[in-house]
Amino acid sequence: MMMTTSKAEQPDTLGFAIEQIRKDFPILQQTIHGHPLAYLDSAASSQRPRVVIDAIRNYYEHDHANVHRGVHTLSHRATEAYEGAREKIRSFINAASTREIIFTRGTTDAINLVATSFGTRLSDGDEIIISHLEHHSNIVPWQMLCARTGAVLKVIPIDAQGEILFDEFTALLGPRTRLVAIAHVSNALGTVTPVDKFIAAARERDVPVLLDGAQAVPHQSVDVAALGCDFYAFSGHKMFGPTGIGVLYGREEWLEKLPPYQGGGDMILSVSFSGTTYNELPYKFEAGTPNIAGAIGLGVAVDYLLDVGMHEICRYEAKLLDYATNAISAVDGIRLFGTAAKKASVISFNLDNIHPHDLGTVLDHQGVAIRTGHHCAMPVMEYFGIAGTARASLAVYNNEQDIDQLVSGLNLAIKMFR
Amino acid sequence: MMSGEQQLQNLYRNTVLDHSRNPHNFRRLEPADRTVQGHNPLCGDKITVYLRLNVNDITDIAFEGTGCAIAMTSASIMTEIISGKSLQAANEEVDRIMSQFHGPAAHQQDAAELASNMGEMAALSGVRAYPSRIKCATLAWKTLKAALRGDSSPVTTELNGEQHDRV
Repeated sequence: MMMTTSKAEQPDTLGFAIEQIRKDFPILQQTIHGHPLAYLDSAASSQRPRVVIDAIRNYYEHDHANVHRGVHTLSHRATEAYEGAREKIRSFINAASTREIIFTRGTTDAINLVATSFGTRLSDGDEIIISHLEHHSNIVPWQMLCARTGAVLKVIPIDAQGEILFDEFTALLGPRTRLVAIAHVSNALGTVTPVDKFIAAARERDVPVLLDGAQAVPHQSVDVAALGCDFYAFSGHKMFGPTGIGVLYGREEWLEKLPPYQGGGDMILSVSFSGTTYNELPYKFEAGTPNIAGAIGLGVAVDYLLDVGMHEICRYEAKLLDYATNAISAVDGIRLFGTAAKKASVISFNLDNIHPHDLGTVLDHQGVAIRTGHHCAMPVMEYFGIAGTARASLAVYNNEQDIDQLVSGLNLAIKMFR
Repeated sequence: MMSGEQQLQNLYRNTVLDHSRNPHNFRRLEPADRTVQGHNPLCGDKITVYLRLNVNDITDIAFEGTGCAIAMTSASIMTEIISGKSLQAANEEVDRIMSQFHGPAAHQQDAAELASNMGEMAALSGVRAYPSRIKCATLAWKTLKAALRGDSSPVTTELNGEQHDRV
């Protein structure tokens, strides 16, 4: 029997069928050091539902061949599945056309693609605007670009809540601004940036905007048409898909104008030593045999997210984040980092006199997996004058028990170290 | 085989917790004859090791910085072990300790052997069950090694062939 209702419609916790969801993720059915695994590190990498794992195995067992090349049956099947995944992703983020969906290795690769290809348009004194909140992957490619071209990197400051200062942003927008690149959701603090107004302000000046959506896509529905951004980058592995696959959405008019990122097979129409004609979109940006299984797995991850329902995910995670924030805040000597008005998925904190790494080791012994350190966002840590934090990050498969286990682990650490 | 709880107790022994709460020789030496910074880019921890010398003898050693209980304890015990040694003896000590954390036979020693090989540092022998934390224990020693060589540029845990314990 096919289920006709969405998975989320059989409520049990916080109005959500969490037990059913948890069963979909085989990796969660284990104990670590004798405790049930409480996986609270999904901002680093999420886990995969059975359907994604099965899809990848099924593809390799039955359908694998190279795409866009052979005339044989398997090549046809592989191409259909790969392009089918592209269409799923197009629809998922509401892009106008699959020509705007480029498969990459991940968010980092997608941003590097833009920095490289868009970067050819820049010259000495042009300006790129990023924010103080960014992950290193939305800082370093721009620094490298600036070093190549003589362009200047401008950084929008943040406030003590971990929000990007909009007024400072508009003050930075100027005649030489060529691109704005900011996080939709901060990986280190969980801040949801009110990107609409940033995009509107940039568009008034015809400045294109790239959003780093790695931490947004698994937690809220993203509509690139409604957002009006020019580029949107995200990773498969943070949204229940495989590692090594990601997506760059690019507005078609931009992608048409930009030169290819890498050269090789699949991105060409014809090659001779007198010159090469590049392939049409999106293939112009996909040199070499792509991560076919990864793309297919990502397509199934999208199906899974839609099956649970993005609206339901967003609503459930907001309740769980509230529960977690309250529970963690009540722990003795806790300091939270990132208290933005709107947050998603992430709670970053430190405990008085206990180093995050020691905390991470003690929590691991309680079966609790969190991230400790600078979260690839050293400037954010620098802003708060700390070396790192402990970060618990949520996904739709987490429940209140995971949070309770975390809190009892924190209390144990306090007993040990103070 | 130790249980998980025993392993954790073995890592965070009372000696370790005492050193981390009240590290010895935790101060700046000014002026110092040698000053080197050590950095663990994975966690952002930074320490500075100071040496004062009389020709070839270490007359004073101190450190400053931030780190986890393992890193602070290791640095604290290191200053105790190294103080008063000649440069050459200190260098040999660094090599012996580093090999205890990285050496192939490191896991097959009984308590007496450990104590004779590591001295006070045996308190940190539990770290070897945690590959991702070995860098925490070796940061101070690696920094000292550079100071003994006379280097002044900062040291990081990520270079010089330590990739095998990358977390």
